[in-house]
Order: sequence, then C-alpha cells, then structure tokens
Amino acid sequence: MTTTSLTPTRDWWRIPQRYVPVLATLTLLLVMYGVGVSQYRAFSNVQVIFNVFIDNGFLLVVAVGMTFVILTGGIDLSVGSVVAMTAMMSASLLQGGVHPAPVLVIALLVGPMLGFLMGCVIHFFEIQPFIVTLAGMFFARGMCTFISKSSIPITDPFWTSMAQERIGDPKGNFVSISVLVAFVVVIVGAFVLAYTRLGRNVYALGGNQQSALLMGLPVGQTKIAVYAISGLCSAIGGILLSFYTLSGAPLIAVGMELDVIAAVVIGGTVLTGGSGYVFGTVLGVLVLGVIRTLITFDGSLNSWWTKIVIGGLLFAFILLQRLIGIRKK
Amino acid sequence: MSTSKARWAAVTGHSLFWPVVALIALLVANTIYRPGFLSVEMKDGHLYGSLIDILRLAAPLILVGLGMTLVIATGGIDLSVGSVCAISGAIACLHISQQPDQNALGGVLVALALGVGLSLVLGVWNGALVSIIGIQPIIATLILMVAGRGLAQLITEGQIITINSEPYKAVGVGYLLTLPLAIFIAAGVALVVAAVTRRTALGMIIESVGGNAEASRLAGIRSGRITFLVYVISAVCAGIAGFMITANVSSADGNAAGLWIELDAILAVVIGGTSLAGGRFSLGGTILGALLIQTLTTTVYAMNISPQTSLLFKAVVVIAVCLIQAPAFRARFARRRPAAPAAPTAADQPKEQVPA
Repeated sequence: MTTTSLTPTRDWWRIPQRYVPVLATLTLLLVMYGVGVSQYRAFSNVQVIFNVFIDNGFLLVVAVGMTFVILTGGIDLSVGSVVAMTAMMSASLLQGGVHPAPVLVIALLVGPMLGFLMGCVIHFFEIQPFIVTLAGMFFARGMCTFISKSSIPITDPFWTSMAQERIGDPKGNFVSISVLVAFVVVIVGAFVLAYTRLGRNVYALGGNQQSALLMGLPVGQTKIAVYAISGLCSAIGGILLSFYTLSGAPLIAVGMELDVIAAVVIGGTVLTGGSGYVFGTVLGVLVLGVIRTLITFDGSLNSWWTKIVIGGLLFAFILLQRLIGIRKK
Repeated sequence: MSTSKARWAAVTGHSLFWPVVALIALLVANTIYRPGFLSVEMKDGHLYGSLIDILRLAAPLILVGLGMTLVIATGGIDLSVGSVCAISGAIACLHISQQPDQNALGGVLVALALGVGLSLVLGVWNGALVSIIGIQPIIATLILMVAGRGLAQLITEGQIITINSEPYKAVGVGYLLTLPLAIFIAAGVALVVAAVTRRTALGMIIESVGGNAEASRLAGIRSGRITFLVYVISAVCAGIAGFMITANVSSADGNAAGLWIELDAILAVVIGGTSLAGGRFSLGGTILGALLIQTLTTTVYAMNISPQTSLLFKAVVVIAVCLIQAPAFRARFARRRPAAPAAPTAADQPKEQVPA
C-alpha cells in the first residue's frame, strides 16, 4: 500500500492516496468483524449486523450531515442537542394530541432552521463555527429542559407502528424502518456530494476557501447550506431516535457529537476539510457499532472501554491522515 | 468628533466593556430579585454570602480558564481539560481512599502529587500530539477528551469513590483567613501565571507564536516548545481544578467530574476578549469571564430555574458576546489578511488549525 518512490509513477496496483483512509477503515472493520466471528459463535449471525444498523441508524444519519460540515473545514457541535430537542419536541407535541403529520413537519423544520441561523452567523459575522455551534448546542439542550424536565413517553399509534415494524426475510432476520430511512439519507447524501454542484462547492470550500471565493463559487451560500443540512440530518436523526426509544428525554444523546465526529474522522474525512466520502462515514459508524457489539459480547469488559478504544482509534486514524499528508508534500 | 464622544467610544470599545456591563447587570438583577444577595456576613470567623460562594465556585473555572487562555493564545484549543479534571480527581481520591488514615496530611499530599503528576503526563501527551506530530489542536485534544472519560472511569472502576478526608476536603471548601481556600489557590495560580507571562518575555513569545508560528520560528523562537509548554500548563491547571471539584463533593465520579468545564472555560476565555485565532490574550479578561459565567449559573439556580435550562441563558450570552465582539474581530482580520501570505506548507501552523 505504501511506496517511498518520489516520482509519480502510475502503477496499476497503486491505490490513489485519497482512498487510503477509507480502505484502512474498511480493513479495520473487516478485521474486527473477523475477530468477533472467530471468538463468538453467535457473532456470525446476520442479525448481529442488522442490529448494528438498527442501534446506530440515527447516528448514521447525523454523521452524514456532519460529513458535509467537516468537508467544508467547519465543525458542528450542536448535533447531539438538536437530536434531543427534535425528539423532545415531537414527544411533547404528540402528547398534546397533535396529528403525527404536522408533528413530523414541524420537527423537520426546526433543526434546519437552527442550522441555517448558525450558518448565517458563521458566514456573516465571521465567528468561528466552533463557538457558534457551541452556543447552538447550549440553546438546543436548554430548550429540551424548557419543554419538559422529565422524559415524555410517546404512545402515538403512528410512532409505535414505525418503532415495531419489522422488515425482514422468513428466517427471522429483520431491520427497522429507521434503517431504511438511514440508507435513503446516506444515498442522497452521497449523491449530493459526488454529483451535484453543491457537493463540488463543498469540496472546493474545504480545499481552500480563498481559492473557492476567487473562482466565483458561492462560498456564503454553501457554508450556510452545510449547517442547514447538518441541522436537517440531526432533525431526521432525532425523529429516528424517538422511533427507537419511543420517548423524548431531556438528557438523551449527551456527548453524541463526539461519537459523530469520531465516526466521521475514523471514516477517513480529513478534519481540515476538502477530502472524505459519505461511504467512509458509513464505515466509521459501523466501526463504532461493532466495537460496542464486541464489548457487549465479551461481557467482562466494561462500558468505559468503549471510550478508550474509540480514543485510541481516533488517534490511529489521525496519525494515518497525518502520515498521508506528509507524504503528499 | 468631540472629545466626550471619543472618550465614550474608547470606553465602549474596550474589549472588557460589555463583559463588565453584563456582570454588573447580573448582580443588579440578583439584588433586585433577592435584596440580601450582596450582603456578606461573618460567622465563626468565616465570611459567608452569595458573593463569596460565587468566588469559591468560580475557582476551578478560573484555573481551567487560565490554562485555556494560554493555549488559545497560541491559536490552539484544549478540549481535554474536563477529562483531565476527572482523571486527577479520581487518582487523588483513589489514593486517599486506600490510606488507613484518610485524614493524614502525608497521604493527602502524596495524592495531590499523584494527581498533578498524572496531569503533567496527560499535558505532555497533548503537547506532543500538537507540537511534535502536528495534529490540529481541536482533534488532538478531542482524543483525550473521549478516552480520558474512559480512563477516569477505569481508575474509579465505574464507581463513585467517596472519601472522608478533612485535609483533602479543605482544598474545595476549607477556609483560610476568613476566605475560602479555593479562592487563594486560584488567585495564587493566577498571580504565578501572570507574573511568568507578563513580567517575562514568555507572554509576548506565546502571542507571537499564536500570531504566526512559522514566522516566530524564523525569528528564533522555538515555537514547538512554546506550544508544547502551554498544553502542559493547561493540563496542570485542569488537574488542580479537578482536586477542587472532587473535594467540593468529597467524591470522585469519573463521568460527572468536570463535565462541560471545557466549554465553560472556552466561553470564559472568549468573553474575556482573547481571540480564538490566537495572537493575543488577556488573563484578567478570562478571570472576569469565569466570574460572569459562575454568577450566571448561581443566578439561574437562585431563581429556581433548572440547571439544564441555564444552558439557554449561556447560549444567549455566548452569541451576544461574540456578536458584540465580531466587528472588532473582522477589523483585525482585515488588517492581518494582507500581512499573512497564503502558505501552503503551513500544516503545523496553529492559526489554521482551529477550523475557521
């Protein structure tokens, strides 16, 4: 995979450098899965993989939005809180007897709205995304407790049917509707990034904002758009989470933004922006999911090992990005 | 322009004008809501009162904020301080809980030394990642922020370690000369940091590294070492703050100790007028910012609003302060832009490392 040759030879076996992080993630995922299968008999069950998707569907959706933001070289710390706020709002509106359809519309509007506002502040006032989305995070989390201090159960028939619907083969393996929604979001996200003008602009902006501006690309619009997209993805993620838990709780999804950022980075997206793929993000989320599953299967390891392993992986992948970056010079 | 107008502009234009106004407004609002707010009483040789409480509770935030100020001045950021707080508090409490006599001063001192030592190691780790390997600070410290919580829980084995040690408790709630000991510790650290950075060339060197690390290196400053140093200082400050946080409740909780403190500290630094792009810092501003945040938190508690909802107020404060400071930021950017040549090889230039 590596070569020290300085002359740019184009050998057929040479993997383009931009694919290296994604391939490393894929290798890691396969190795981890292989370890799981060799250690635990039940691990080879197809349902284990489906469960990883079911448990991490909302994370996947949010991570797609975060990929857009990180590709422009920004960061969105508000995602976890927006997820919680959306779930909380849906639960509270449903409890108030509102029909599910308007609830969905309202829930899907608030997230992008907040993202749009944050994008505007970031663009027009040139304040760092970090600090603006931090404020957004505080705001959304505060809204959660403002709505209700305790968890609100959801008993709406539409919600419960979405939560319990199982789509699967006769052998009993199944996925939930959330997984299908997550797949749709992933495909749309990947398509937008790869084949549309907006996607090209996102990469250009992340590569070099000054150049993008000089090329006449709509830097401001793109910047605002990615935060609105991230807000939309968080809102969808919030609804999926409310399908999953059938409740809205003010302290749900605390610290989720870190998991999401970790998934995007492990998936090979470079944090300075300009390089990365939605497919990598999917792999990153799967890696996190498989780690959790492995630790659950093991039984003797405690939950905090998850954090230590994720930290270690973050380190390894950032180091890898760094090494590739050095070689590029 | 008339002179009075110019003077007014100078006052309102000062970077600390709005934070001071906000702090005074909060204090006034508190006094109106609760007339006894400003009173300070003498009981058993100790001073009691809301103002003293605010000072005492702000002490850990001031400590973390001081370290964070230096890191941000170099154009970096340290997200791991909360985890470092949890780790140092956990190791200190663990050591004390294993002592036969938890009140023995010797054991407590060893525990404190262990905590500071471990914080040093963590600071060295952060510093090495940023200055030697050249990872962007926000990400390099994110690693420890995620893994550190796990490490803290590993030390406490997922339990909350409760201790019963008077000398250790004193770090958080003890009194010295009628005032809480924590205030003296925070003030002492602040004085040392101020003396070292403002009475020697170190402060200016840190600012120059924040302004342009590469140019500073060419001018003969060891930029890498300065960057390394600020992360170590930040971790040690966080470690000491960790003692206070755990001593306040006489227990170490790997999950909750120092949670969100990194965000509060960054907030305090920003309110204090230190630019997140680096190159300039104000220690006094950070202390003011920390006091403002603690006053806000205390106010929210006093008004019977749930702690989580206080985040709403914090959000408003962050955005308000940032927006007020924004024109100044933009003016500074406009002046700096032609001076900074677009350097494609500036991968290890901290200024570009906080995603803009």
